[in-house]
Amino acid sequence: MGLTMTETILEMRDITKTFPGVKALQNVNLDVRRAEIHAIVGENGAGKSTLMKVLSGVYPHGSYDGQIVFEGAECHFRSIRDSEHKGIVIIHQELALVPLLSIAENIFLGNERATAGVVDWDETRAAAAEVLKKVGLSEDPDTLITNIGVGKQQLVEIAKALSKQVKLLILDEPTASLSEKDSEALLNLLLEFKSQGISCILISHKLNEVSKVSDRITVIRDGRTIETMNKDQISEDRIITSMVGRSLEDRYPARSPKIGEVVFEVKNWSVYHPQHRDRQVIKNIDINIKKGEVVGIAGLMGSGRTEFAMSLFGRSYGQKITGEVRLHGQPVDTSTVEKAVATGIAYATEDRKTYGLNLIDHIKHNTTIANLVGVSRWGVIDDLREMDVANDYRKKTNIRSSSVYQTTGNLSGGNQQKVVLSKWLFANPELLILDEPTRGIDVGAKYEIYTIISQLAAQGKAILVISSEMPELLGITDRLYVMNEGRIVGEMPTMEASQEKIMRTIVRAEGKAS
Amino acid sequence: MTTETMPQGSTPPASGAAKSSIWSALQANIRDYGLLLVLILIMVFFQFVTNGVLFKPLNLTNIILQNSYIIVMALGMLLVIVAGHIDLSVGSVSGFIGALAAMLMIGWNFPPELAFLANPIVAGIICLAVGTLVGFAQGYLIAYYRIPSFIVTLAGMLIFKGLSLAILAGKSVGPFPPEFQLLSAGFIPDLFGPISLPLGGAQPVNLHTTTLVIGVVAVLTMILMAARSRSRRSARGYETEPVGLFVAKNIVIGGLILFFTYMLASYKGLPNVLVVMGVLIGVFVFLTKRLTFGRRIYAMGGNLKAAALSGIKTERLTFYIFGIMGALAALAGMIYAARLNSATPKAGQGLELDVIAAVFIGGASALGGVGQVAGAVIGAFIMGVMNNGMSIMGINIDLQQMIKGVVLLAAVFFDLYNKNKA
Repeated sequence: MGLTMTETILEMRDITKTFPGVKALQNVNLDVRRAEIHAIVGENGAGKSTLMKVLSGVYPHGSYDGQIVFEGAECHFRSIRDSEHKGIVIIHQELALVPLLSIAENIFLGNERATAGVVDWDETRAAAAEVLKKVGLSEDPDTLITNIGVGKQQLVEIAKALSKQVKLLILDEPTASLSEKDSEALLNLLLEFKSQGISCILISHKLNEVSKVSDRITVIRDGRTIETMNKDQISEDRIITSMVGRSLEDRYPARSPKIGEVVFEVKNWSVYHPQHRDRQVIKNIDINIKKGEVVGIAGLMGSGRTEFAMSLFGRSYGQKITGEVRLHGQPVDTSTVEKAVATGIAYATEDRKTYGLNLIDHIKHNTTIANLVGVSRWGVIDDLREMDVANDYRKKTNIRSSSVYQTTGNLSGGNQQKVVLSKWLFANPELLILDEPTRGIDVGAKYEIYTIISQLAAQGKAILVISSEMPELLGITDRLYVMNEGRIVGEMPTMEASQEKIMRTIVRAEGKAS
Repeated sequence: MTTETMPQGSTPPASGAAKSSIWSALQANIRDYGLLLVLILIMVFFQFVTNGVLFKPLNLTNIILQNSYIIVMALGMLLVIVAGHIDLSVGSVSGFIGALAAMLMIGWNFPPELAFLANPIVAGIICLAVGTLVGFAQGYLIAYYRIPSFIVTLAGMLIFKGLSLAILAGKSVGPFPPEFQLLSAGFIPDLFGPISLPLGGAQPVNLHTTTLVIGVVAVLTMILMAARSRSRRSARGYETEPVGLFVAKNIVIGGLILFFTYMLASYKGLPNVLVVMGVLIGVFVFLTKRLTFGRRIYAMGGNLKAAALSGIKTERLTFYIFGIMGALAALAGMIYAARLNSATPKAGQGLELDVIAAVFIGGASALGGVGQVAGAVIGAFIMGVMNNGMSIMGINIDLQQMIKGVVLLAAVFFDLYNKNKA
C-alpha cells in the first residue's frame, strides 16, 4: 500500500469455476505485482490448485467466469501452451520430468532447439548449460534425470521454466519433498529471480517458509479469497485463523459415545518407501483405539496417513515394515490383506474408483466380494443368501439405486461410498479404517455417512478416520492424533481440540523438522 | 436436507411397471440372446446358399467335431481373458501335446517294463499332466514375476512350436490306436437299439435311441432347474423375469436342443467328444456363475487393485487360471490329433487366434472383467459354422480369412457401440 514502484503484472478478477454440483471457486480475486513473491495458502481442497489451473489454461477460457488480465491485456488461454507463450509457467507438485531422458532433453522437451524437426544437440547442450548455471545446478546436461535427486530435479524444472522466458513462475508445493538444505537453496533462488524482475506465485503449507520469503500472502478458503496480507501484516497466527476460520454449522449427527477397553494397538510401526529403500515414510508410530471409539488422524496431504493405514492393512504399501499390531492385547498377523480381514480389520480406501470398487460390476457383487465365505459353502455361492445380504446392506446404508443389480460405475459418489462401506460392514470387522470417507460427495450424503459411522461406534466397533477436512474430524471423532511427515506429533481429546490447535501442532512440528 | 437428497449420478428412476420389467429383463439378456440369434441367422443363411447341405445330420455332426477343440480351449481362454490376460501359446501347446501323445503311443519304443506308458489311457493322463504343468509354468512367471502374459505366452508359442518339431523329428506320426481315436471319431453306444420312424419318406429313418433319451432328459432337467430357481426366488419376494419371457425362453432353447438331438440321432448319435464338451461347458458355467473361484476372477479382471485390497490372492488366482488353460490346451491337442489320426509338426498352429476370436465374438472385453461361457461357446460356433458353410460353398481360403476377420471386427465394434450408447 505504501510502496509506489508496484506495477501489477497479473490480475484475476471474479473468477468463478463450477464443477457439476460443486462451486470450486467463487469470485476469487488475485493480483500479482512485478518482481513479487506472492504466496497462496489454504487448506486442502480450498481451491488453490483449481485457481492455478484456471490461470495456466488447463481449464480453458469459457469453462470459468471472470477475467484474467496479464501485462495489461485480457487473456483467453485455451491450453497450457497459450499461457506458457505469454510467460506464465507452472511447476506442479508431482514433477513432470521424463526419468530416462537427460537433463538437457527434459529442459527442451516440446520446445526443442531444432531446425525443420532436426534437433541441434550442440545448441541444446549449450543452452541447457546456460540455464542450469542460472539456477545454480552444476550437473552435466547429459545426465539422466533418474540419476539426480529430487532437489536437483526441482531445479531442472525451474531451469525448464527459465528456458521459456518466464515472467510469472508458479510453484505448487515446491519444497514438499525437499530436504531442509534443498528447500533453503530453492527459496534463495526465488529471491534471486525476484531481483531479476520475475514474479512468483508460491503455494505452500509450510507457513514458516511462506512468511519468510513472501511479499504478500493471499488466503483462500472454500473457494473464496479471504484476505490478502501485506508483508508487515504477516503472522502465522493470522494466517491460520484466516485459513480455518469457518463457522461450524450443525453438520454432524449427535452421539453419546460409550468407550470401552482398548481394542486395537499399533506399536513402533515403521515403513519404508516402496521404491526408495532408504526413505522412511512412517516413523515409529504408536496408536491405540478403544471399543466404541472414533479416532481421527489429522494432518496435511503427504503427511503419510494413507501410507500408514495401507501398510497396516496387509502391507499394501511400503517395504521393510516393522512394528507390532495387537487386537484385544494379542499380537496379530496382518501381513496379507486376507489375514488382516480375517483378523477383523477393514480399510475403506480414499480412492474408491481405483482401489475400492469394481466399477463394471453391480452393487450385489461389490457388496460381497470381501467376504464371499459369508455367502457360500464349499466354494459354491448361495445366490439367494447373496441377494439377501446385498439388499440388507443396501437398505442399511441407504444406497439409492434401482436395484442391487445397478452397475456401481453409474452411481453418484456418495452412493459409491456407501457400497464401499457395505462391503466392509459385511466383512464384519472390529476395526474399521475409513480413509477420507466423504471425499468428493455432497453435503447430504456426508451426513448419512457420518450417521453410519456413529451407529457403528454405538455398536462397539473401533473406528479410525483419516480426513483432510478438519471440521469433519472435529465433528465426528472422540480423540485425535495429529500426524506430520510420517510421525505422530500430537494427541488430544476432540473436546479440547480446535482447528487452530491442530494447525499449530503441525506448524510447530514443521518448525522442529526443518 | 439430509435424507431427502436425490442421488446425483445418472441413476435411472426405479419404475415398478410390469412392462418395464419385461423390457429390462430382455435388455439384461440381449447380449446373449442376440448372439444366439446371430448364430441361428448365419446357420439359416448357409442352409439356403448351400442348398440344404448345412443342416444335414452328417454335416451338423461334422461341425461339432471340427470345432470341439476350439470350444474346449475357448472355455479356458474365457477365464484368461476375463482375468485381464491373454494366452497366445495354446495353439502350439495343443500341437505339442498331440505330438507327445503320438510319440508315447506310437513313436517311442519303450522297454517292456515301461510299455504301460504307451497305453492310451496312461498316455492321455501323462499328456493332461504335462499340459497342466506347462500352464502352471507360464502362470507362475505371469503371476509372481509380473511378466506380461502377452510376452510369456508369445515365448511359449515359439518354444512349443519348436518342441513339437523336435520330438516328431519333422515327420507326421500316426495312426493312433483305435481306443485313442474313439476320443474324436467315436459315438456313444446305443444301449436300447435303434428305433425306426416311418417319416413319410421312401425308407424309415433310423434313430439312435440313447441319444434321444439323453436329449429329452437334458431338456427336462434344464426346465426343472430353471423353474425351481425361479420359484425359490419369488418365494423370497425377489423380482423374477416375467412368466411369458421365462416360458418363451425355455421353449426356444429346449426346442433347439431337441432339434439338434433329433438331427444327431438320425446320423450316428452323440459323438463322444460332444459328451466331453457338454460336461466341460456345464462345469465352466457353474464355475463362473456359482463358485467363489469364478467370482474372484471377474472381480480381479474388473479392478485388480480393488480385488487385491478386498483380500483376493490375485497372484495365486492367475497361477491357477493358466494351469486350467494348460490342461484344456492338452485335451484339445489330443482331440485334434485323434481327429486327424496322426500328429503333425504343424498341428495346432494358429489355433490360438480362432480361440481368442471366439471369446471376443462372444462378448468378452479385452480390458478384462466381462465375458460369459455361453458367449464364448456361441462365438466359437459362429466361426465354425462360417468355416463350414464357406467351405461347402467352395469359397477360396483367402477370401474366407478376410470374411472371418471382418466378422470379428464387426462383432467387437457393435458390442462397444452398444455399450457406449447405453
